Amino acid sequence: MGKFRKNRKSENQTISTSSLPDIVFMLLFFFMVTTVMRETTINVKQDLPTATEVKKLEKKSLVSYIYVGALNTGYKKTISNEWKSRFMSEINEPAFVQINDKICENPFSNNPSETSDIQAYMELERTTGAPTYRDEKEIPFMTTSLKCDKNVNMKLVYLIKKELRKSDAFKINYSTKKDD
Amino acid sequence: MGKTNRKIPEINAGSMADIAFLLLIFFLVTTTIDTDSGIARKLPPLPEDELEEPPKIKPQNLLIIIANKNEEITYKKRYLRTDGTCCDEDLDSRPPENIKVNPKELKEISKKFITNNGKDPTMSVSPIKAIISLEAEYCSYETYISAQNSLAAAYKEIRNEESIKLYSKKYERLDKEKQVVIKKSYPQKISEADIN
Repeated sequence: MGKFRKNRKSENQTISTSSLPDIVFMLLFFFMVTTVMRETTINVKQDLPTATEVKKLEKKSLVSYIYVGALNTGYKKTISNEWKSRFMSEINEPAFVQINDKICENPFSNNPSETSDIQAYMELERTTGAPTYRDEKEIPFMTTSLKCDKNVNMKLVYLIKKELRKSDAFKINYSTKKDD
Repeated sequence: MGKTNRKIPEINAGSMADIAFLLLIFFLVTTTIDTDSGIARKLPPLPEDELEEPPKIKPQNLLIIIANKNEEITYKKRYLRTDGTCCDEDLDSRPPENIKVNPKELKEISKKFITNNGKDPTMSVSPIKAIISLEAEYCSYETYISAQNSLAAAYKEIRNEESIKLYSKKYERLDKEKQVVIKKSYPQKISEADIN
């Protein structure tokens, strides 16, 4: 009967944790690879409207963003009276157009010979050389994502759309929150 | 000479996990898997010739939706002349009437308008000729998006119905060629007025 005596040295064996760092590193690399650090600090309010019929924007490298909204509290900027009277948003704060990190000084051109900030941005996004090195074939598939606050006046949106049409950026996407 | 047979001390790897965890938590917190989504639209090119006259559209083929500055979505009512043709004004020449709708009603109205196929003389002759005009110069962006969303929903439902009828499958699940077939018979024609 003593044949099957167990040959245990100790009763409570510890679980080896030497592979734990490997597991954690694996997770770490996953998150490191998937993380996209936000390059721009958004200085305008971004309370997006909701919609049900939304589509996902697929290729992020083909998307250029234009942010529109009232200034964030704490962000100081002198506002010209002309701008104020033209683009008062609903909440009685003038809305602004932000491209990359900057609030645009003259987003719209008044005459055809003048290049507006939006036009300059679209042109920069479409250059095949530095700094974007875009493929010629990609250009028709490029999308402009309009990230507008829901209180923005439509007049401003129309003006932005007109600038986009001037620079042949026809594909746009009204950024919204998904509502089920 | 005494040989010093010293062993190389092993580095304690026990704290490695802690360091890795710390980094992991940092990336977990900073990661925003935000997929940008929204309503996709295509802008028309700028007119090359300013003097060129826009093509004439029969009033029944045009559904005019107006979002006004009171954040209301309205559509223009169409009237019938005695000879059965459609016109903008009433027989008693009252000013044109705008009927207020909520987003759901807007969807139903546009669906009815698009799929009318000539049944109702005040609505579109065929889905191919049906054009929806959206005027939203003075409203807020939120109202505009809700109107655009209703129109998108209307087209989506119409295409889905047609796709189920033809291929017994939802529109999104069809392959590209079949989608093109349906898209051709139900093109999404939403026009927006130019402003200066």
